[in-house]
Amino acid sequence: MSQLGKISYRELVLNGIFKENTIFKLALSLCPSIAVTNNVRNGVLMGAAVLFVQVMVNITISLMRNLIHPRIRLPIFMLVISGWVTVTDMSMAAFAPAAYKQMGLYIQLIVAFASILARAEMFASKNTFVPSMFDGIGMGAGFLLALTVISFFRELLGKGSLWGYQIINAKPLLILVLPAGGFFAVGLLMGLFNWISMKYEGRQ
Amino acid sequence: MSTEFIKLFELIIAASLINNFVFTRFLGLCIFFGVSKKMETAVGMSITFTSVMMISAALSWLVFTHVMVPLDITFLKIIVFIGIVAGFVQASDTIMRKIARVLYYKLGIYLALISTNCIILAVPLINAGEQYTFFESLAFAFGSGIGFALALIIMASIREKLELADVPEPFKGVPIAFIVTGLIALAFTGFSGLIRI
Repeated sequence: MSQLGKISYRELVLNGIFKENTIFKLALSLCPSIAVTNNVRNGVLMGAAVLFVQVMVNITISLMRNLIHPRIRLPIFMLVISGWVTVTDMSMAAFAPAAYKQMGLYIQLIVAFASILARAEMFASKNTFVPSMFDGIGMGAGFLLALTVISFFRELLGKGSLWGYQIINAKPLLILVLPAGGFFAVGLLMGLFNWISMKYEGRQ
Repeated sequence: MSTEFIKLFELIIAASLINNFVFTRFLGLCIFFGVSKKMETAVGMSITFTSVMMISAALSWLVFTHVMVPLDITFLKIIVFIGIVAGFVQASDTIMRKIARVLYYKLGIYLALISTNCIILAVPLINAGEQYTFFESLAFAFGSGIGFALALIIMASIREKLELADVPEPFKGVPIAFIVTGLIALAFTGFSGLIRI
């Protein structure tokens, strides 16, 4: 991994979105995938917050990587991550107070995301600034995509609306916006994602 | 005194059943799906988890109320709490290895996992947000631990059976576990009218 060689930035981004999709493929950082996805706006906001934190953490770590002693790298990574999460948390509270009220706790808990720490450890601490940035964009975009898809289905079917606008006038399936429905939606979408990638890779 | 005691009891019930972290707040899912494959690991995790949770909640409460509030640095709470939790987990790992080897071999691996768990961080954050007193924080942490243990043990006993079931190929592993969790969560919504808080 240290010698990136010919792998293009496009591949790095696509890798994060499809091959190593945090939620559907690695099944990591699942908490917000259900907690905030009962409407599209919260899903997208949460995804954007994670994208931001991931990119900034990757950039910071890749710039600092020669200064960090390997023995104490994990505490340093945690410090960097929690610093950027605090930044996100406070700007969210200032600029989107309504959404923050509903999902403030989950924004703060981005700190405990295994995926962000894993990328800092596996990629950013071994690569230079530009590839790390693209890796962060890829992983964050994969997360954003997953949250958007999940919240799209849950809001459309559970409330009959998208981004707060009413679209379907029939009686919605209330269960999908309830906690239990979140688990169902994620489980079904994960199965679908697996099924597609099995077809795509010629069932291995 | 007795009303305070009732309040603590209510907090425990609310945190463990009504606002169960796994089923209604969706926290700690990574660990929940990771260690619920076997009953033995689920029990080990539950014990370690509840004790670590109570101690780190107590430590965080002390630091928050007696250091951070007087100094007016509460905005640093995320950084400080994760430092406390990670430091405490690391310390208990070392201490346990020195003085309680048997226990360490049994429960040591769970300790390492715990520091990446979001519940362990969420409890101090909620305690600070709700401005609970010391004993309320402890009761809340205890209830949350019990709730997580309950969820893990229910899930583990179902998943042991699930191993034998004929699940469609794309749904094997985590996806079917999610659907099962959804069913349990549906059952847990039945608790929602138990206490008004």
